Amino acid sequence: MDDAVTYAPGSTDPQRIRNFCIIAHIDHGKSTLADRMLQITEVVDSRLMRAQYLDRMDIERERGITIKSQAVRMPWTARSGERAGDDFVLNMIDTPGHVDFTYEVSRSLAACEGAVLLVDAAQGIEAQTLANLYLAMENDLTIIPVLNKIDLPAAQPEKYAEELAHLIGCEPEDCLRVSGKTGVGVGELLDEIVRQIPAPVGDPDAPARAMIFDSVYDTYRGVVTYVRVVDGKMEARDRIKMMSTNAVHELLEIGVISPEPIKSAALGVGEVGYLITGVKDVRQSKVGDTVTLSNRPATESLGGYQDPKPMVYSGLYPIDGSEYPDLREALDKLKLNDAALTYEPESSAALGFGFRVGFLGLLHLEIIRERLEREFGLDLISTAPNVVYNVDLEDGTSVVVTNPSEFPTGKIAAIHEPIVRATILTPNDFVGSVMELCQSRRGSLMGMEYLSQERVELRYTLPLAEIIYDFFDQLKSKTRGYASLDYEATGTQISDLVKVDILLHGEPVDAFSAIVHKDAAYAYGVRLAERLRKLIPRQQFEVPIQAAIGSRVIARETIRAIRKDVLAKCYGGDITRKRKLLEKQKEGKKRMKMVGRVEVPQEAFVAALSTDESVEQKKK
Amino acid sequence: MPGVLPDGEPVPATGELPATALARAGERGFGVYVHIPFCASRCGYCDFNTYTAAELAGGVTRESYADLVLAEIALSKRVLDGVKAPVETVFFGGGTPTLLPAADLGRILHAVDDAFGLAPGAEVTTEANPESVDPAYLRELRAAGFTRVSLGMQSAARHVLAILDRKHTPGRAVEAAREAREAGFEHVNLDLIYSTPGETAADWDASLTAAIGAGVDHVSAYSLIVEDGTRLAGRVRRGELAVPDDDVAADRYLAADAALSAAGLGWYEVSNWAASEAARCRHNLLYWRGGDWWGYGPGAHSHVGGVRWWNARHPSAYAARLAEGASPGHGRELLSAEDEYIEDVLLRIRLAEGLPVSSLRAPGRHAATLAAADGLLDSAALADGRAVLTLRGRLLADAVVRDLLP
Ligand SMILES: Nc1nc2c(ncn2[C@@H]2O[C@H](COP(=O)(O)OP(=O)(O)OP(=O)(O)O)[C@@H](O)[C@H]2O)c(=O)[nH]1
Ligand SMILES: C[S@@+](CC[C@H](N)C(=O)[O-])C[C@H]1O[C@@H](n2cnc3c(N)ncnc32)[C@H](O)[C@@H]1O
Ligand code: SF4
Ligand SMILES: [Mg+2]
Repeated sequence: MDDAVTYAPGSTDPQRIRNFCIIAHIDHGKSTLADRMLQITEVVDSRLMRAQYLDRMDIERERGITIKSQAVRMPWTARSGERAGDDFVLNMIDTPGHVDFTYEVSRSLAACEGAVLLVDAAQGIEAQTLANLYLAMENDLTIIPVLNKIDLPAAQPEKYAEELAHLIGCEPEDCLRVSGKTGVGVGELLDEIVRQIPAPVGDPDAPARAMIFDSVYDTYRGVVTYVRVVDGKMEARDRIKMMSTNAVHELLEIGVISPEPIKSAALGVGEVGYLITGVKDVRQSKVGDTVTLSNRPATESLGGYQDPKPMVYSGLYPIDGSEYPDLREALDKLKLNDAALTYEPESSAALGFGFRVGFLGLLHLEIIRERLEREFGLDLISTAPNVVYNVDLEDGTSVVVTNPSEFPTGKIAAIHEPIVRATILTPNDFVGSVMELCQSRRGSLMGMEYLSQERVELRYTLPLAEIIYDFFDQLKSKTRGYASLDYEATGTQISDLVKVDILLHGEPVDAFSAIVHKDAAYAYGVRLAERLRKLIPRQQFEVPIQAAIGSRVIARETIRAIRKDVLAKCYGGDITRKRKLLEKQKEGKKRMKMVGRVEVPQEAFVAALSTDESVEQKKK
Repeated sequence: MPGVLPDGEPVPATGELPATALARAGERGFGVYVHIPFCASRCGYCDFNTYTAAELAGGVTRESYADLVLAEIALSKRVLDGVKAPVETVFFGGGTPTLLPAADLGRILHAVDDAFGLAPGAEVTTEANPESVDPAYLRELRAAGFTRVSLGMQSAARHVLAILDRKHTPGRAVEAAREAREAGFEHVNLDLIYSTPGETAADWDASLTAAIGAGVDHVSAYSLIVEDGTRLAGRVRRGELAVPDDDVAADRYLAADAALSAAGLGWYEVSNWAASEAARCRHNLLYWRGGDWWGYGPGAHSHVGGVRWWNARHPSAYAARLAEGASPGHGRELLSAEDEYIEDVLLRIRLAEGLPVSSLRAPGRHAATLAAADGLLDSAALADGRAVLTLRGRLLADAVVRDLLP
């Protein structure tokens, strides 16, 4: 940098700032490209570099996916073009690719003027490429098309440049080519970002306004609020005001992320950074809210975001009923970082006290559950996820059902179920099988388009309930892994649905109830009863399993009584070993839920989820 | 690979025991176990701490082994100095104790007698492989003071013995039992194994008939356990052998209990049947009743006054410690009151005499009532204040224990 002061946060000329995010289909290499940017701009020392540096959560690293967006401020001296030699400040946001976290992407887009649309040069355009592109276009962002992974032998940059150009209406030559692995083309990409993406525009003299695009709870520092300053300036020690609540807080710290937090004196027009006020609850620092200064407040807030709506619900219950307060506390803590998480206490005759929790999708559910177990040491049961239904009764009232066991028993006039608009991209060879699959899931074809000679975009309306379980797996297996799926909620439709109950040892188990289409109810009952027989270990007595609609039994299975459970031999006086074994067995028993007198393993409660045999092998 | 030892805290070099343990030593009887870690060849299912001559080449030899044990006996005498508890039972196990000269076994027995004194009428047992003994050897043992022989018969079916890698012919165990009786042994046991891959119900019935026909006063029957790391486990994993499921094992157990009972052998422990009170293996009972014993030899376990410890497993490591004058103890565990309660229930419930209900805590007593209602504990015995397993309860003993110890 030629003049450190000019580029210090709070005194950077907006003309020298470029704010952009990297968007793509899942696994197309956003985080890896971000790594190369961190390296080439030297904000991360090569010795400290590790793959997907910005995926910091354990779960992100283990699963190799990004769950949370991350913003990083990087210096860049343009190397080519008219601005060669000029210094710039780049704010880059790496975003998640999975459909469950689209909400993260839309928040990030609102903090930027441009987006790098990344496409894997060996895969081409996929469903989330389209979805994220459309989101960026709705936000009026400048889009830079980039083909990634050109180092791969299977890369076909020519072919996919065509496809991409066709999609966004540019020339194939306009698509840049990079490799996040080798770093090829990354410098050129940063120069293009400087050249094409507009500098942020704002009024430095107007009352300060900043948009909150993320808000994170940190055990040590309290709530850390991520903002993008639009007008004016915020300085350390200023008193800030949240425009939605008029709450005033003192700024304890202000700074930028690069990629570790760095305190600064101020943040000015167009800059992206963080604020710390000592507030302990993220709800006081709501994503989408506008921050201003209390001594000179702005009058008009910036446009906000809509809170994400849960797509699926599942009951979460502690196996050990006494851990219910711990579960509540853990959910409260996770909620601090996850606006999409919603929950209400509920109780189940079979499972005791727990929560009905709303999620953005099954991956979201899986991650929250895993975090609750790992970070808070809870042993949980999650019930089979379901969507939300609106049931109109003949008496003119209507009920919202987020838990199948609450399905009304009175005379029903109509049941409304949520539907989604799904976009499926598939090679044209598989169009037939994809259509067959959608048909069998009660889908209606809304449109079909050739994106290129061999790639087809199918648009369907499908009941959400039909796609939350194994639809994606089926889609993948029917297209040898080539199809991709994106969807968004679009409303509801009236359908012919029934509630299927499960009786274990003669007693109905509310946690096993499910709402399914009438035509599929019989097959569902048979399958679930059979699966439960395989998942529930043999007990000391025989356990009948029945599936029923109302009082009509539609399927029946029996778990035979166990006959032998004793170790015949004593190991030459090694009683210690015998006692340790007992302790282990008792641990195993603790992970079982007593339903009446039947010990039921956790997996059984999501049994409806699984279609493959693998889960069944878990049973010892 | 022989079964691994538990984790625990280190044993002091002197092998000394806390005064509290010494004060309680022998409260529930005192016995001695002597481990002989040698076998002519290793059976594919066995994970006991035993070695063939080839495996030990250059290390501990059979010839020098008795002296090693004598060294540990000397150490035990120092540690238990002042404890007044004559030895009521001695058990030589293996391995194959009868691979040592009878004179060596006798020498060890006399050293035990010298150190602690054998109680009048003490039970002195040795395990023996059927092919490793002959009449002369057995007479020698008897003369040295042994009172009981336990023979590893396993099965009377040739193809089952083959799967188990046993070296003896089907008839040899029964013959050895006769030789033992002729040598003057009043008490003879036959060990049987059921649920071996390839064993049919008829094979098992024939094995039971043969064992009963041998006229022994004691039979042990164990369901085959596929131990991790054994050759058998490898063959099962590779799909070469199919292990019968637990329902088959349950049927075999019921067949054993029916046949043995009909022949006048009553169960006194889940896997053990005896012709009379006097025929019961007192050493075995000592284990299940929570008694004290000193275990000599590599990998041997001991229990004295609420302390459990175990020796270094490998014969060379064991010998090296003794050579330094140190205790061969590798790890130990000081049982808490909770541990002792758990063990008490866990061990005694396996006996036909059962467990006094008064020794159970309240949740355990409640669970006992439920178990009786389910037919797992004997209702009449429960009314008399004892928790005793029914026939079905014996087959589900581990589940009953988990219920009694919530
Ligand atoms: N050969 C090659 N592999 C790459 C390149 N970029 C990324 N990868 C690999 O592609 C996989 C996905 O990379 P990520 O950077 O995690 O992808 P992402 O888009 O951030 O994924 P999500 O955050 O889950 O949406 C990883 O295994 C990377 O090593 C590249 O340029 N060349
Ligand atoms: C360790 S052996 C020692 C006695 C002697 N070496 C023999 O094999 O006859 C004692 C008894 O344990 C039993 N045994 C050993 N391994 C076993 C296994 N894996 N499953 C069941 N019983 C086993 C056999 O019945 C054997 O007779
Ligand atoms: S002879 Fe006995 S101790 Fe030796 S390997 Fe065979 S079963 Fe194990
Ligand atoms: Mg990523």
